[in-house]
Amino acid sequence: MSSATESIDAILKKKYDAGFITDIEQEYAPPGLNEDIVRFISAKKEEPEWLLEWRLKAYRRWLEMKEPRWAKVSYPEIDYQDICYYAAPKSKDDAPKSLDEVDPELLATYEKLGIPLHEREVLAGVAVDAVFDSVSVTTTFRKKLSEVGVIFMSFSEAVQEHPELIRKYLGSVVPVSDNFFAALNSAVFSDGSVVYIPKGVRCPMELSTYFRINAAKTGQFERTLIVADEGSYVSYLEGCTAPMRDENQLHAAVVELVAHKDAQIKYSTVQNWYPGDENGKGGIFNFVTKRGLCEGERSKISWTQVETGSAITWKYPSCILKGDDSIGEFYSVALSNHRQQADTGTKMIHLGKNTKSTIISKGISAGHGQQTYRGGVKIMRGASNARNYTQCDSLLIGDKCGAHTVPYVDVRNSTSKLEHEATTSRIGEDQLFYCRQRGLAEEDAVSLIVNGFAKEVLKELPMEFAVEAQKLLGVSLEGAVG
Amino acid sequence: MLKIEDLHVEVDGKTILKGITLDIAAGEVHAIMGPNGSGKSTLAYVLAGREGYEVTKGSVTYKGQNLLEMEPEIRAAEGVFLGFQYPVAIPGVSNIYFLKAALNAIRKHRGQDPLDAIDFMKLSKEKAGLVQLPDQLTKRSVNDGFSGGEKKRNEIYQMAMLEPSLAILDETDSGLDIDALKVVAEGVNALRGPERAMLVITHYQRLLDYIVPDVVHVLIDGRIVRTGDKNLAKQLERDGYSEVRDAIQP
Repeated sequence: MSSATESIDAILKKKYDAGFITDIEQEYAPPGLNEDIVRFISAKKEEPEWLLEWRLKAYRRWLEMKEPRWAKVSYPEIDYQDICYYAAPKSKDDAPKSLDEVDPELLATYEKLGIPLHEREVLAGVAVDAVFDSVSVTTTFRKKLSEVGVIFMSFSEAVQEHPELIRKYLGSVVPVSDNFFAALNSAVFSDGSVVYIPKGVRCPMELSTYFRINAAKTGQFERTLIVADEGSYVSYLEGCTAPMRDENQLHAAVVELVAHKDAQIKYSTVQNWYPGDENGKGGIFNFVTKRGLCEGERSKISWTQVETGSAITWKYPSCILKGDDSIGEFYSVALSNHRQQADTGTKMIHLGKNTKSTIISKGISAGHGQQTYRGGVKIMRGASNARNYTQCDSLLIGDKCGAHTVPYVDVRNSTSKLEHEATTSRIGEDQLFYCRQRGLAEEDAVSLIVNGFAKEVLKELPMEFAVEAQKLLGVSLEGAVG
Repeated sequence: MLKIEDLHVEVDGKTILKGITLDIAAGEVHAIMGPNGSGKSTLAYVLAGREGYEVTKGSVTYKGQNLLEMEPEIRAAEGVFLGFQYPVAIPGVSNIYFLKAALNAIRKHRGQDPLDAIDFMKLSKEKAGLVQLPDQLTKRSVNDGFSGGEKKRNEIYQMAMLEPSLAILDETDSGLDIDALKVVAEGVNALRGPERAMLVITHYQRLLDYIVPDVVHVLIDGRIVRTGDKNLAKQLERDGYSEVRDAIQP
């Protein structure tokens, strides 16, 4: 082993900063999954009968489905009967009405994470809906938002207050039987966020949800639904962390977006779930289904993701471009260090005329990390003059990691144009030496080079998030290379 | 300022430098000339601390300290600058951002406060003017898509920004046409001063018409075989290296 590789290895062994455990009384469902558990969750949420039926239908479909194994990730078998499907901070009955009523310990947790839940969010201009394990703890800024008619609340509340909205859109983009994990989520999801932006409204602030898995042996199954009515605009941010635990934890979320005519949804994620230790012990299994429907003409959906966490990432935020002249975008930075495995990408399905999609994917692998870009561009017969531009770049750090690119292209008309560019590069010893010769410490040099590599994507993130993401990439790598 | 004594260096088990002794005082400009493969770049790299260059014998003292024990970034912070023969590109990282990070890292090492954006830009404008580096080049990614001449000017611009005590310029003239050479040389000359030592490595005498050295050394097969004044460079240009080589070999 060269001394260069040794020093890289040393620097790669960084600590997970969000790995604290919060000591709060939790209420659990017994581990295991059956119809009773589904009924239990539904009852806990005081859900209407139709929603319980919807869940049960999903559960029954799930029983018939097989866990997908086509992704380039390997992990031990998941025992679905050994997982808790419901965990909530106790005393849900007298749920907090305001921040003052929120358990101070919980607030301290958020403070550690640097979430501006208190007054600071005024400065940051962010309305936060924080989901702790399975329950949405508090939604800030709701009043200000409701003045312009924006609905932003936890899923459970939305079910009570706007059942017609939920009934109309739930499962409309990701049907219950879409895939194994989506079906599981549909059966047991316990909370999440709902956003509705009325016609012609530009949401006055960035909306934000923060997810955190705290309880041991629990899965997190949140559900997000965002509907942007005609001519509206919303930017939505999602952040995630989890404590360090030796056992793996399951996260299977579903996100559905609907953009009507002339509406725009910008969805940004910074995912920093616990990735496991350097030997691959522990970490979150992140199986997420995210899909947006550009329903109306000239609608636009942009996915931006920075994925630095999780032991396993299986995630393909996609767009169905149904409306004519609609636009789908996917900007991604995914980083796999140590034993992390990420199989991520997007699907762009062009149905409408003159639809456009852009895919920019940046994969960074270090340590023994494995990184796969998996993308599908499908242009249907009716999608005349459709356009797609795909660029996927891989950056390798060290000599034990891997980068893989699996693009699928399916074009069914002759008027469409597709471009695909791909590069693979390594952080070179010469680049590092050049930086160090100018006075930069090795880890700062790596962080600089990586951020340069990811810049095209990071610039798509809202400002505060971009800064956070940049730091995160830095810490997640602290000085690699060979 | 820099004292090299009996320096032996191996690369991949092969001895490249076979006993270099050199003494450069503050304010002096020394030139090292030599044919390809004589060990010129090896000397530059070993002084800057590149990995893979193993010192098997000898010592290097810089400002009274053992230079060879320092990490490359510490050497830089202590004022050692290497102008690269082949500067590498760093895509996506703007020149100005890169240099600000570097300058502030060095300032931190020296116990100085970081420069804020306004002071930094002011300084940058002034120094870029020295080598006529167009404003847009300071904003482009580091060396990415730069022409050969632009890269070399960028190196001198960086040197001007970082204000080193010891500047090592490795074949700064290679790949430059005569006009670009003059611009680069003028930039270097503007940075000469009583507190600064320079080691100019070159293959051709041409550069030394513009950067006039105090001392010229001839490096052949890992040894300094001749030392003289600027006229030695002219003599080499006229007679070629083989003459010197023949003269030293029995």
